[in-house]
Amino acid sequence: MGSSGGRLFEGADWDFQTLQRVHDACEKIARTELGLDVYPNQIEVITAEQMLDAYSSVGMPLFYKHWSFGKQFAFQEASYRKGLMGLAYEIVINSSPCISYLMEENTATMQTLVIAHAAFGHNHFFKNNYLFKQWTDAEGILDYLEFAKGYIAACEDRHGRETVERTIDAAHALMSHGVDRYPGKKILDLRAEEKRAGERRQHEESVFNDLWRTVPNTKHKSKATLTVERRRALLGLPQENILYFLEKTAPRLAPWQRELIRIVRHIAQYFYPQGQTKVMNEGTATYVHYRIMSRLHQQGRITDGNFLEFLQSHTNVVFQPEFDDRRYSGFNPYALGFAMMQDIERIVKNPEDEDRDWFPDIAGKGDVEGVLREIWSNYRDESFINQFLSPALIRRFRMFHLHDDPAESQGIKVDAIHDERGYRRVRRELARQYDVGFVDANIEVMDVDLDGDRRLMLRHTTVKGAQLNETDARRVLQHLADLWSYDVALTEVDGTDKVLKEYVVSPRAAAVAA
Amino acid sequence: MVMHIVDRRLNPGSKSLENRQRFLRRAKALVQGAVKKSSQDRDIKDVLEGGEVTIPLDGMDEPRFRREGGTRDMVLPGNKKFVEGDWLQRPNQSGGKGSGAGEGDSEDAFRFVLSREEFVDLFLDDLELPDLAKRKLAETESEGLQRAGYATSGSPANISISRTVSRALARRVALRRPRKDDIEALEAELAECDDDTRRRELLALLEALKAKAKRIPFIDPIDIRYRRFETVPKPVAQAVMFCLMDVSGSMSEHMKDLAKRFYMLLYVFLKRRYKHVEIVFIRHTDRAEEVDEDTFFHGPASGGTLVSSALVAMNDIVRARFRPADWNIYAAQASDGDNMTSDSGLTGLLLTDKILPVCQFFAYLEVGEAANYTFDMPDSSLWTLYERLRNDGAPLSMRKVSERGEIFPVFQDLFKRRTTSQERV
Repeated sequence: MGSSGGRLFEGADWDFQTLQRVHDACEKIARTELGLDVYPNQIEVITAEQMLDAYSSVGMPLFYKHWSFGKQFAFQEASYRKGLMGLAYEIVINSSPCISYLMEENTATMQTLVIAHAAFGHNHFFKNNYLFKQWTDAEGILDYLEFAKGYIAACEDRHGRETVERTIDAAHALMSHGVDRYPGKKILDLRAEEKRAGERRQHEESVFNDLWRTVPNTKHKSKATLTVERRRALLGLPQENILYFLEKTAPRLAPWQRELIRIVRHIAQYFYPQGQTKVMNEGTATYVHYRIMSRLHQQGRITDGNFLEFLQSHTNVVFQPEFDDRRYSGFNPYALGFAMMQDIERIVKNPEDEDRDWFPDIAGKGDVEGVLREIWSNYRDESFINQFLSPALIRRFRMFHLHDDPAESQGIKVDAIHDERGYRRVRRELARQYDVGFVDANIEVMDVDLDGDRRLMLRHTTVKGAQLNETDARRVLQHLADLWSYDVALTEVDGTDKVLKEYVVSPRAAAVAA
Repeated sequence: MVMHIVDRRLNPGSKSLENRQRFLRRAKALVQGAVKKSSQDRDIKDVLEGGEVTIPLDGMDEPRFRREGGTRDMVLPGNKKFVEGDWLQRPNQSGGKGSGAGEGDSEDAFRFVLSREEFVDLFLDDLELPDLAKRKLAETESEGLQRAGYATSGSPANISISRTVSRALARRVALRRPRKDDIEALEAELAECDDDTRRRELLALLEALKAKAKRIPFIDPIDIRYRRFETVPKPVAQAVMFCLMDVSGSMSEHMKDLAKRFYMLLYVFLKRRYKHVEIVFIRHTDRAEEVDEDTFFHGPASGGTLVSSALVAMNDIVRARFRPADWNIYAAQASDGDNMTSDSGLTGLLLTDKILPVCQFFAYLEVGEAANYTFDMPDSSLWTLYERLRNDGAPLSMRKVSERGEIFPVFQDLFKRRTTSQERV
């Protein structure tokens, strides 16, 4: 068997040598033709049951124990058994080495597809995209999870499972508001994090928060010194990372509770880039597997039959139902991402006049891989779509923009369609759908009433009139109040600071006692 | 670049098991309610199968800040006929299904599948073995031996060599007992040494070392440790369950079916409490015999009815094979209630004198035809007899059943966990 000429495998069966051969063949194409730069790969073969397990711990190989994961597992298992849900072919973890889980049921062709997709496509994206570089620590994540798991288990031994669960429940409720949205001073180093956890605990146990000492008896003095500005500056307000704020300033949390909040916060931060790069990440991986598989076929290393099998699953993956289809549930990130990558390839290679007008920087540049690598590194979904969604693609998907204003009695307005006048508006609106700034409610900690009842004041600045769901908001605020140990007030205001709604929630007695 | 392939398939599966248990524990009350409800209209065989339950999401919710309402903008694929400026009719449902369709479970109910064990566990969880007058018997314990550290005294057979030697070593090191190697080295040096003064020095040194070695024994009596054992009480881990059934002509298939269901439940329940459960089937007409399960339920038989014959048979079997001190004895009798009037005296005597004293629990299940409402019927002769015995203080449990659906409630009622142990009517 020649080094590049022979078939990688025959039929559907595979063994570990096959996987190794496939990996090497893919790697050659990925490095030489696509110029990918990846973390070392670790490929793990798992069963369907283990895949279900992985699902319920957010895809990570190890995770702390919590009932909510069990709930998710029960739900997924039920729908899997009923046949409502298929399992993914793979799961890939942003770590170094980059771990890809392959299901044992996959055929040899599917394993090849999955290796090309995950071990090279996603892997390259994880290693090179600026968001992942900025916010995640691929080297340290597994160790950190190990630490988190152990720490939480130890807390349960020491403080009782229910108390620990209560704290984690509360932290989970606030998870979406536990991330830093803007790059901070320091780069995340999860290994150091783990080491410092112990020191920090000791330190914090010995240090008294100066702020709170100013409250009770020397009232007039503190009033004089602590002006509103000074107080807010001291507390780092306004603060949109609510978990961070609690960890640092909640008056009555035990040190271990702060550490738990910190763990939840770090994990939320680790997953934060994934939410912002779904289209790009899947688009990259799909594009990479498509290129690699086509090349393998061209080289005769997989048969026509294998290639057809691949094309069939590839087509399923990039299928985009139309809006009036029963199967429609939003844009399929695989479909949109892959289409955009291919479209960029077209623009770079054979642009038309329209493309030259719209994309003068890349049209006709010739170096497809270079341009794509550059894009993969420096964009997230929102900016990627805003920059590179071409009129040709808008036409192909026949995109249109609907504007639904409840105040409008006539109904929903078709605001823009795939025509000359609409391209830019469609593109801008689609990009907005992926903007995290719009996806999560903009809630900030505004102030703490240090002179009075220590009430924590939050503000939700609404966008386009969308207010919080009241039931859920009250429940989340209840959790927040339990952590804060005093009243919590949330005000919803519109863009002009007009108050729309106010919530005040008091902590539960059990939480205060704890 | 190096690539690693790891085969995880052999790793222990069900990593989520603990999370799942936590979830079930948290939702216990809800799940239990659901299990009860779904078991009401199930057959026994199915109740052991586990299956899907639906619980409300009270207290199991994971709230997040969610937004709703307001102006919505969306970009959709697949335009066919719209042009800019068109107005579309709003769909009837104002909520809009675009937003929360992904997690349809978030609102009211949560649906999932319980395994067989989980189902049975939850189903039987709030049941308890009855706390009877013969409580002492229920706790009859045999004693077992268990290692419990080391002791300074004991039988030579129990000397722990490793512990003794390691203690001796520690003592020798602590007291600086001269090592054999050192002494031999000195002796070798002495043999080769010609210088007189040096020889004298060496001799003196050797003398001192040897004396010290003699003073500090290799193994001292204080080093010796014995393995210590403690006797621990062990609950009797075996139970025998007697199934007594009237198979005379008056017992219909339906009645036997009811009895069988009850026996099965009892078996599952006992199985959970005891490591080893034996079942003895005794069927009787006007005479009793021990039979295998199949004959018990399906074998044809006919004749009159003498309950006492079954009790005699049971008593014989207990005496022959199941010493009450070693076995927890449970008995459940099923009958349609017929008995020869002349037999009452003997039955009552046997029960109070022989059977009840050795049983943990004796249940009498009176089975009736499906259509009959047992409440309206006059009490049967056996029921009247047992009721009288019970009123005299005999620890008997008795229930009437005529529908399949009643089996679970009756069973649960019999074994309900009682808050105060003596409260039994």
